Amino acid sequence: MADPSGTMVRLSTEMSDQTGDPRSGPVSMRFENVSVSFHGRTAIRDVSFDVPKNKVTSLIGPSGSGKTTLLRAINRMHDLTKGAVVSGSIRLGDTDIYKGGIPATLLRTRVGMVFQRPNPFPTMSIYDNVVSGLRFNGLRKRSVLDEAAESALIAAALWDSVSTRLKAHASTLSGGEQQRLCIARALAVEPEVLLMDEPTSSLDPISMRLIEELLSELKSRVTIVIVTHNMQQAARVSDLCAFFLMGNDRAGEQIEVAPTKKLFSEPDDPRTLDYIQGRFG
Amino acid sequence: MSTSVIEGVPPDPILERRELVQRVARRTLERRMVVSRGMVGLCGVTLLLALVPLFAILYSLIQKGIHWWSLDFFTKVPQFPSLLDPNDIGGISNAIIGSLVIDGVAALFAIPIGVVAGLFLAESDTKFASALRTTAEIMTGLPSILLGIFAYQMIVIGFNEWGIKLPGIGFSGIAGSFAIGVLMIPVIMKASETALRAVPTTIREAGLALGARRGVVARKVVIPTALPGLVTAVLLAFSRAVGETAPILWVIGASTMVQWNPKKEMASMPLAIFQSATSPYVALREAAWGIALFLVFVVLVLNLGSRLLAARLQRERR
Repeated sequence: MADPSGTMVRLSTEMSDQTGDPRSGPVSMRFENVSVSFHGRTAIRDVSFDVPKNKVTSLIGPSGSGKTTLLRAINRMHDLTKGAVVSGSIRLGDTDIYKGGIPATLLRTRVGMVFQRPNPFPTMSIYDNVVSGLRFNGLRKRSVLDEAAESALIAAALWDSVSTRLKAHASTLSGGEQQRLCIARALAVEPEVLLMDEPTSSLDPISMRLIEELLSELKSRVTIVIVTHNMQQAARVSDLCAFFLMGNDRAGEQIEVAPTKKLFSEPDDPRTLDYIQGRFG
Repeated sequence: MSTSVIEGVPPDPILERRELVQRVARRTLERRMVVSRGMVGLCGVTLLLALVPLFAILYSLIQKGIHWWSLDFFTKVPQFPSLLDPNDIGGISNAIIGSLVIDGVAALFAIPIGVVAGLFLAESDTKFASALRTTAEIMTGLPSILLGIFAYQMIVIGFNEWGIKLPGIGFSGIAGSFAIGVLMIPVIMKASETALRAVPTTIREAGLALGARRGVVARKVVIPTALPGLVTAVLLAFSRAVGETAPILWVIGASTMVQWNPKKEMASMPLAIFQSATSPYVALREAAWGIALFLVFVVLVLNLGSRLLAARLQRERR
């Protein structure tokens, strides 16, 4: 299990304070032999692991290792892509999200998503952006919307700077603020899981830091799965870390899943060590 | 609320809201599914309504036209039916060749002008470019018979106004090509502009950042990237021009002979339909269906061909 003495000093000081195996608690999602292919070409193969509830799980690996593909399978974004096939099973709680007969739209209210680049709706105000998910799903009551908006904006550390100008256009915000607005928008429907696809890759370091700090606070509210190219980020924010590599046939493969501390200090697989020490990738 | 059943534990607003959202979303979805089914049904009905006239036209074209198709029909020149054989109307080879030459010559000058002008519109943001764009838009809306009058004035009888004098060359294929070409230019212009603008700015900038001149970037990067779109644009404009009747109605002279020389009087397929359909002979009037069917067939082949070609060019990229 994780080494409490911290053999990799440089990283361990930065690492999230989680000790012990994050997988000892309840499970939020379970992947079993999940593969995704596009037009018959496999993009990621045979992923099997459990995502712990109310923890941050990071998916790391070089480009082409299928991290984003796996992430987008979780809220069935591949349904929108012609020729995409997801096999195996992904369970959210006791629902099989592909075979359990749950409508994709309903699933997506339970599994939110934040994208690489901030994508607030350009024609909507800050407030309308935050409550858009609720409105899309038929919630109209003003008091409910107001409460949800405030709660989500507070959780996204945006309330203090926007509470006086909720009617302003979302485009008046800076890039970092826009991304936090998108986080608030995803949070407002109170999903159980929040997927983040390299959420800080287009942001400046300060905005990145702010969002990283947010994640540890958001954990109590949602289970987070984050794809990142930035290993330091994975080490800083995640409790569990899954490492992927591109196989010989250019399909992504799961190499190792371990508590972040262990993965970054004493990984089981030599390829993981090579990657985190920057020998390739 | 199920979250607050345990005595003394304060309700968790987040869990409560999660439950509320799920409940409302589920109910909304159920309602929307009913509406959605109705809407899909409505779409189906309107689709059917839109298809009925289309298939009615195709059906009557084929039913009344296909039996005119024969080797003679495509190889002979038209003739008036005799009393002995009231169904012998000759063929339309003159019209096929006429259309080929007229539209070919039109394409020859309209495509380069249209594509280059489209490139200019896509690459330039000057006042002149926007004036040109507006002009092109107005021109696409111009009644096509005006172009016939224009070609008649300019080419057939010659121009003699404001001290400018152009000799007329009489009824000729060139006059038809001129009218058709002028009709095609704005269509090609607009469509190529759209295709060229679809090339991402980042790709353009990548070229410029290497010190390439804009012309070089346009030639080596932008046009090749937009090629599938350009091909579709050009072929669609061409297939539209093939069916145009009004511009050539009284400028090409309606020859009944096979004529390859565009400076002479020529025939053309749309005109042949018009002439057959308005002829006093029953057989000729009926044969107009056969010509019309062939014209539709040609346009269909051009349309499908442009799509296939564009798809193929697109595939070769990968």
